Amino acid sequence: MAELTKKGIGGFLARQGILVAFVVFMVGFALANQRFLAIDNVFGVIRSSAILGVMALGVTFVVIGGNLDLSVGSMMSFSTIVVLDLHDKLGPTLAIPAMFGLTLLLGAFIGFLVGYLKLNSLIVTLGMLSAIHGLTLTWSGGKNMDIADKEGTWFSVFGQGDIVGIPMPIIIFALLAVLLSLMLSKTPFGRKVYAVGGNGQAATFSGIPRARVVFLTYLISAFCVATAGLLQASRSLGSQNTVGQGMELEVLAAVILGGASLLGGSGTVFKTVIGVLILGFIQNGLLLIGLEFYVQYVVTWVIIILAVWLDIAAKRGRLWSPIA
Amino acid sequence: MNTQNRKDLLKQGAIWGFIVLELAFFSIAGSFLSVTETAFLSLDNMLLLLQQSAPIGIIALGMTIVMINGNIDLSVGATFALAAIVMLDSLTWPFMQALGDWAIPLSWFFALMTGVVLGAVNGLIVWKTGVDAFIVTLGSMLGFRGLVFMYNGEQPTSHLNWTLVDFAEAQFLGLSTASWFLLGVALILWLLMTRTVHGRNAYAIGNNRDAAVNAGIRVGPHFLLNFILIGFLAALSGVVFSAGTGSVNPNDGMLYELWAITAVVLGGTKLAGGYGSIVSTLGGVIAIQLLRKGLGHIGAGTEVVNLVIGLILIVVLFLDRQLNRKGKEELKI
Amino acid sequence: MTDQTPVLRLEGVVKTFPGVRALDGVSFDLRPGEVHALMGENGAGKSTLMKVLGGIYDPNEGQIYVAEEPVTIASPMQAKARGVVFIHQELSLADELTVAENIWLGELPLKSFGRVDWNKLYADTDAILETLNVGFDARTRVGDLSIANQQMVEIARALTVDPRAVIFDEPTASLTDAEKVVLFEVIADLQSKGVGIIYISHRMEEIFKITDRISVLRDGQYRGTLNTAETNEEEVTQLMIGRKLDLSRNESHHELGDVALEVRDLSCGELFKDVNFQVRRGEVVGFYGLVGAGRTEIAETIFGLRDPSAGQILLNGEEVRIHSSMDAIARGISLVPEDRKGQGLVLGMNCRDNMTLPQVDDLTAGPFVSDGAEVAIFDQYRDKLDIRTPGWRQTVGNLSGGNQQKIVIGKWLSMHPEVLIVDEPTRGIDVGSKSEIHNLIRDLAAQGYAVIVISSEMPEVLHVSDRIVAMFSGKVMRTFTSEEVTEDSLIQAISGLEGDKVA
Repeated sequence: MAELTKKGIGGFLARQGILVAFVVFMVGFALANQRFLAIDNVFGVIRSSAILGVMALGVTFVVIGGNLDLSVGSMMSFSTIVVLDLHDKLGPTLAIPAMFGLTLLLGAFIGFLVGYLKLNSLIVTLGMLSAIHGLTLTWSGGKNMDIADKEGTWFSVFGQGDIVGIPMPIIIFALLAVLLSLMLSKTPFGRKVYAVGGNGQAATFSGIPRARVVFLTYLISAFCVATAGLLQASRSLGSQNTVGQGMELEVLAAVILGGASLLGGSGTVFKTVIGVLILGFIQNGLLLIGLEFYVQYVVTWVIIILAVWLDIAAKRGRLWSPIA
Repeated sequence: MNTQNRKDLLKQGAIWGFIVLELAFFSIAGSFLSVTETAFLSLDNMLLLLQQSAPIGIIALGMTIVMINGNIDLSVGATFALAAIVMLDSLTWPFMQALGDWAIPLSWFFALMTGVVLGAVNGLIVWKTGVDAFIVTLGSMLGFRGLVFMYNGEQPTSHLNWTLVDFAEAQFLGLSTASWFLLGVALILWLLMTRTVHGRNAYAIGNNRDAAVNAGIRVGPHFLLNFILIGFLAALSGVVFSAGTGSVNPNDGMLYELWAITAVVLGGTKLAGGYGSIVSTLGGVIAIQLLRKGLGHIGAGTEVVNLVIGLILIVVLFLDRQLNRKGKEELKI
Repeated sequence: MTDQTPVLRLEGVVKTFPGVRALDGVSFDLRPGEVHALMGENGAGKSTLMKVLGGIYDPNEGQIYVAEEPVTIASPMQAKARGVVFIHQELSLADELTVAENIWLGELPLKSFGRVDWNKLYADTDAILETLNVGFDARTRVGDLSIANQQMVEIARALTVDPRAVIFDEPTASLTDAEKVVLFEVIADLQSKGVGIIYISHRMEEIFKITDRISVLRDGQYRGTLNTAETNEEEVTQLMIGRKLDLSRNESHHELGDVALEVRDLSCGELFKDVNFQVRRGEVVGFYGLVGAGRTEIAETIFGLRDPSAGQILLNGEEVRIHSSMDAIARGISLVPEDRKGQGLVLGMNCRDNMTLPQVDDLTAGPFVSDGAEVAIFDQYRDKLDIRTPGWRQTVGNLSGGNQQKIVIGKWLSMHPEVLIVDEPTRGIDVGSKSEIHNLIRDLAAQGYAVIVISSEMPEVLHVSDRIVAMFSGKVMRTFTSEEVTEDSLIQAISGLEGDKVA
């Protein structure tokens, strides 16, 4: 994996390449279909990407810190089910903080295992994917969860409301993105996340509490998942136990598409947002030109491989890998 | 050196010890808690267990060689579904129907070739682009699933062929067809990994890639071959599974990659590559299926199964790390 | 010795990397049956030359001849096929595989269907191991062997072909004396078969014991070849460093302050035992010893990265417990680690961020990192240490070794430590930067810092230290003042020989 090390020689162009691809994509679809860039369509796309996007923001921290989080999809199902169930039992005002608390507890557990016990994050979160799914099923008894009074609750405001015509999910996504972007790029904590992911040993030798930093990235991820669960629950006011299933890998795809290296130490919140939007607009654009939703899977595949390939090709200075 | 040998023995024996523990626990607990009258440890139940562990098991065996090689394959679930669809659908093609029962081996051939091609696609991308296998197969997991949907939309693909069903449900020497496939694949892969140059080189590459490259081992072709093998095996798993049911959904096989990896890790294969064994993975597969059935036997639902398997995976990881610690004086980094 | 055609000859080999001319017109020849030493300081181009010979790097100019036949070598395998074999310094073994599999890696004997011919494999391997007279067999797992035995496996690899030229890269670095004897026998045996041997080592006594000729590289350039019998250490050293070996002691003593750091009976498992020493303010204490003597481990223990199994650490006369690097930093201890790239720097980060990393928490304006404060620190130490970089945005990975090291030193100086530990401060750094760093260390002591310098280079230790602690195998053998120390007594001490107690 030596060729994956960050050299940054010609990487600049490749790193901006994803932005260029995004613009080209948008222009192409806009030319192909007038409606594509209409304001309501754009809002529609961002709104439907918001849940995935919010989760991707948190995973960005985890990945830059040099780890993986495969449990976010399963955890999002948990948050959604819990908040819906507690909504009728405790009322929305208490249900929301209670759900956030429980989700953060799960995040803290993962953070403890990966950060303090230094267990491999891929396996830990793989195990937690399964374990949390078990928790969700236990909580719900395996049944779908629905709010009894769907008309009379203000709970729907997060998923369905709007402020001056801008849908709430977009506002929440944007706010969180700005907040986390500042946190990552401007605060000491953000700097430490990059250091821990870039070279964990050097970070330790520089007096950075590596375990705590990793722990906190998982807490941030869990917070984002809880927010996503809130949006999901509030939008649909009812849910299956498997609502987030499979999202962990889509989220990871968005983060990677944004240019974060799986080895840690590189990536930004802004680029992740671009990655999320690319996925959202591809899906939407393909639908608009009359293709089925699953065509986007294939397109996404090609784009992910190309994006990562060109990125590392630029870094090593040659297109084809040196693998004999 | 003695402690090292003991550790190795412990590592290789651990999964079988765990299986014995499970058997003992569920037999005893079952006699108090069982929801059915049948005994847990009966031969029929054990044979059924082997049969049920075949679909994931065959994939997990393939995953073992890919992981020993230092790679990973997340796209196996989609390959599984696509191969199953190809087999069932090809049986409805006019020229195939004209062939009568001879269409069956041909349909298997088509399905298995589908797996080979998909595996080769993954392998070639990993080889030629140098992109990490995790990312490549994460992409193709989506992409292959897209192909599955493109084949037949969101409709399930069904075709009941009674000869096929009979074959799938046949028994030979007490073992069902699926079990034979599982054991056969395990035997062949075990021979491959312990007896052949390809297998030994795969270990060497996963263990110390630079050393392998310096010794003139061509890494790329080994990668490719292993990805082709796992593609083939994922397809085989799809074929064996759908032969019995005669129907496949476009969402079938989802999360199989995660189950397979779980079994492989339980079996003790190192994520970083270079260490692991086919036999231990077979143990991992059986242990997981035993857990599912055992928990079901004592009246626990899928929720408990999910919870327990997830936590066991983490505990295994923790124990493995404790076993490999160098003691108190190691550098705290 | 009838055939004097060189088995290997290089002519005008040039290899450049962005910004560096790593090899600058290197020519030399290797005759059959000779042991030819290749010497040069770290960074002189020895390892680059080996990588060119091994086909890992492509030379930009020049020609390699094997048995007077012009060749291009594109891979280690091709080199081996032509009879040019390497015994690497960094072991390149697969530790989960058996000895036999490692020795025949890439060329396992075949039966039908791609099966490995285990019988032949083990028989062939045991035959080779027999000539090496080692205490393990072909079926042993390499991970279970000691480092020295793993080295023997590396050597056994060279014997699988009929080699023309064998290149030993620092083969004795981790061998005991008894193991060295075996190694030299192996070399003599190869020699008698007419094999040419390139022997890379820093150890003069070995060089003069076993080699026939000595070629010297300096700063990527070929500086000449000497007949071993007709030369001496001084001449070789002069060629290597371009001047006489500066074994001058540090003369300038500063006024010593109170004891800043004291260590009493400190032990850490098997790594080091019962270590005692003191460092005063204004004093530089040098730690000298061979690789593996436990010096780095002591530093890591003081810096909170290892837990001592016994003993005390006292700072300013007060006993302290240091559990982590955070603790150490809070108490004013700084460590410039040995492994610059692995432990000192985050290579993908820019210069400024690397330098301010340990104190980024304190450089804030509101919740955010203060750009101004960070740049101010960077500018201050860039000027002070004369760090040459286009700007603070430069990625550290793109700087030269010397400038990288200065970033790490700047990082810790900016913390204003009470105790500064520098571990191998000039490893892999050019001569110019080296003396700059030496002067810097003396200056720091003059300013009242308590400094510990760990080094494996005797001139460096002699040059900067007020006192020298000599270590051998986890134990402090002796402590010298700069007046009483002599080269001989120092070498005796680090070799485990108890010299006279009074110098």
